[in-house]
Amino acid sequence: MTLFIEAVYLKYHYDFRGYATASLRRRLATAADRFGCRSLTQLQERLIHEPGIFPELLNYLTVQVSEMFRDPAYFKVLRESVVPLLRTYPSLRVWVAGCSSGEEVYSLAILLREEGLLERTTIYATDINPRALERAEAGVYEIDRIPKFTENHRDSGGRTSLSDYYTAGYGRAVFDKTLRKNIVFSDHSLATDSVFAEVQLVSCRNVLIYFDRKLQDRAIGLFREALVRRGVLGIGSKESIRFTRHADAFEPLSRDLRVFQKRGDA
Amino acid sequence: MKGGRTVDAIAIGASAGGVEALTALLPALPADLSAAVLVVIHIPRDRPSVLAELFAARCKLEVREAQDKEPIEGGTIYFAPADYHLQVEPQRYVSLSVDEPVCFSRPSIDVLFESAALVYGPRLAGVVLTGANEDGTNGLAAIARAGGVTVVQDPADAKMSLMPASALQRTTADHVLPLERIGAQLARLGGGTAA
Repeated sequence: MTLFIEAVYLKYHYDFRGYATASLRRRLATAADRFGCRSLTQLQERLIHEPGIFPELLNYLTVQVSEMFRDPAYFKVLRESVVPLLRTYPSLRVWVAGCSSGEEVYSLAILLREEGLLERTTIYATDINPRALERAEAGVYEIDRIPKFTENHRDSGGRTSLSDYYTAGYGRAVFDKTLRKNIVFSDHSLATDSVFAEVQLVSCRNVLIYFDRKLQDRAIGLFREALVRRGVLGIGSKESIRFTRHADAFEPLSRDLRVFQKRGDA
Repeated sequence: MKGGRTVDAIAIGASAGGVEALTALLPALPADLSAAVLVVIHIPRDRPSVLAELFAARCKLEVREAQDKEPIEGGTIYFAPADYHLQVEPQRYVSLSVDEPVCFSRPSIDVLFESAALVYGPRLAGVVLTGANEDGTNGLAAIARAGGVTVVQDPADAKMSLMPASALQRTTADHVLPLERIGAQLARLGGGTAA
């Protein structure tokens, strides 16, 4: 697998060398199977001779199926404990790192609109997968996912009805274009790129678990650098910064839900 | 028992009827067990698991919910969190993932077993307990292929026989035992004093 990952890096400049191996191995096995390859070596051969299949491989390796307002308690903490802090800034920048197909981005945009903050906010939604970014930008989801999204939104303390933000038709829900006005979708790698803006909030959930400790260190280092003093970092409910070297730079705003505030002196 | 053979880790999978089975099994593990114990049990995805707290009070070993990138220590029982796969990484630490469910399950027994087999090889024991689906079958086969020890609850003894029966169909297990004898077997394999 190491050779395969090196080959992908050399030919396509996507760096999976710092990824945790168990999940990557399963995903590569699934990909090899779907491409009709019996081994990784065979998949590697195809990849070298048919660059056209790389975007699809990238989907196998990176795509995360999420939900809007996934883990409603997280959004509740943002609404109750983080929004008051955000209100104190005349203009806001929020970074959703590893946004995949955008469910979390729209969740945040809706939350910020409900709180009257969206108009003064720029949301940077970044991912390494260009196809995922296209889907995120389109903001179109299958209609059968909407009931779960709606339930989550309500449980997160939503002040409005989720149906205010999409138009349903042809089995799909198309989210309101005006939500997108303040969202910048952009290609960015936590493994190889650097900080691009100063932000008040970083939300990066269920991305760090796919990284090894060294890459977790790098990613949290970027968040630390991007965040203003007292800025807020939200991570997945089973993720931890305890094992990274930036653990001391943050203090918990809500320990259970992994919402942290950057220390004033960090 | 093959000449006092021991392992560094014991991976346990259980589904329907699993909490009850584990309530009989885990407290029977001795305090001096030197192997680590990794447990996947199918539980509802939409609320936090209380298994670690539940079992901590009853077990002689330390019990916790596995945290991402935590080093795996001997003599400790790790539970997979609700809605996350529990996996083992090459330097013997834990990783979690929200990858697609396997056998409709997240956490999935196959995911734990297959990742642990790659890392521990023959230094691993896999245990399939009661359950009503086929999760664990591929995983136990992977453990057997890697030279690990395979233990399956006797389907006749299991509350739900499908899962152990499915595992046995694929893998000729080293030990097929009723629940009450699995604890002593694991104590021996895990380098502890059998009760």
